[in-house]
Amino acid sequence: MVEFTLPKNSVVQSGKSYPAPGGAARVKRFEIYRFDPDLDENPRIDVYEVDLDACGPMILDALIKIKNEIDTTLTFRRSCREGVCGSCAMTINGRNTLACTKAIDDYKKTIKIYPLPHMSVIKDLVPDMTHFYAQYASIKPWIETQSPPPADREQLQSPEERAELDGLYECILCACCSTSCPSYWWNSDRYLGPATLLQAYRWIADSRDENTGERLDELEDPFKLYRCHTIMNCTDTCPKGLNPAKAIAEIKKRLVERQ
Amino acid sequence: MATSNRPLSPHLQVYRLPLTGVISICHRMTGVILAVGVVFFVGLLSAVASGPDSFAPIQAFLDSLFGRVVLFLWSYTLFFHLCHGIRHLLWDTGHGFDKETMDKLALLELVASVGITLLVWSSRWIFGG
Repeated sequence: MVEFTLPKNSVVQSGKSYPAPGGAARVKRFEIYRFDPDLDENPRIDVYEVDLDACGPMILDALIKIKNEIDTTLTFRRSCREGVCGSCAMTINGRNTLACTKAIDDYKKTIKIYPLPHMSVIKDLVPDMTHFYAQYASIKPWIETQSPPPADREQLQSPEERAELDGLYECILCACCSTSCPSYWWNSDRYLGPATLLQAYRWIADSRDENTGERLDELEDPFKLYRCHTIMNCTDTCPKGLNPAKAIAEIKKRLVERQ
Repeated sequence: MATSNRPLSPHLQVYRLPLTGVISICHRMTGVILAVGVVFFVGLLSAVASGPDSFAPIQAFLDSLFGRVVLFLWSYTLFFHLCHGIRHLLWDTGHGFDKETMDKLALLELVASVGITLLVWSSRWIFGG
């Protein structure tokens, strides 16, 4: 349902401030969303001033520095630090992206960091991804076949058939696209969202999969698929440069073509 | 672990919509304005049809500066909605999704909608009549 304002318990308040150490020449101001489930308080914005001369180049480097040296309670997900795992997806200055692949120098002024939009917040920058993963599982992200596998070799694909998966298989399920989508904000209970739909198309487009018909049947639904209104936030924000909006359009085209 | 009191993370409050996202919202809003406007337009036509007495105040309204501004803005919403509708048709064919051309197409829509509106309003000087 469309709700333009935040619920009462989610309204963000101002928080603590951690000034830069004296003598720091290049100081960057970070405003970071904080929520502590153990306190009976609303979320707040804490301000950290970081000495860039003693910090790595990426946003994630700054977050780790803050956690190590300034405030150990700051909580966020991270793992690979090279844009492969998708853990450190967050909203940085109004756009969803991966903290590990965004350079601090890309932002001229204050850097404002929030958890992925319109998600239930577990703590600080850590949103609850349970529903997102359940939606992903619902599209059966594995090969389904009717015929028995060849006895003596793999199921082969021609280079052309393999090329159909380019721009799809690279998705790391970071959820930047889905949580940038206003339609997903209002209807995520029934709309699958761009990430899950791009993944759904990845299996529809796979020449080895033999359940394409059932996959399309599952998606032919006013909410699961057709809540996409081509707002294009997904394609705009994808940190891997993929195109979920186009993948969704390809699913819609397949549904028309088979009629 | 208590999950009921978890806050909802900020969305519209903090997200910076790209140009195409803003246009998408405007497409919705102009759709509503046009739908309401059509009701008024039908009322206007029926008033015109019911004789000179009801025609006179409507003519006075449409001839006033305020009336003209309202009509001008309404015609702009029509052509804006039309231009984005054409972009939707292009999208339905599976084209026009490239990230590189996204902003360019959005600007093209805006320029075209302003252009068509101005063309229609200046047509009496261009084509006479």
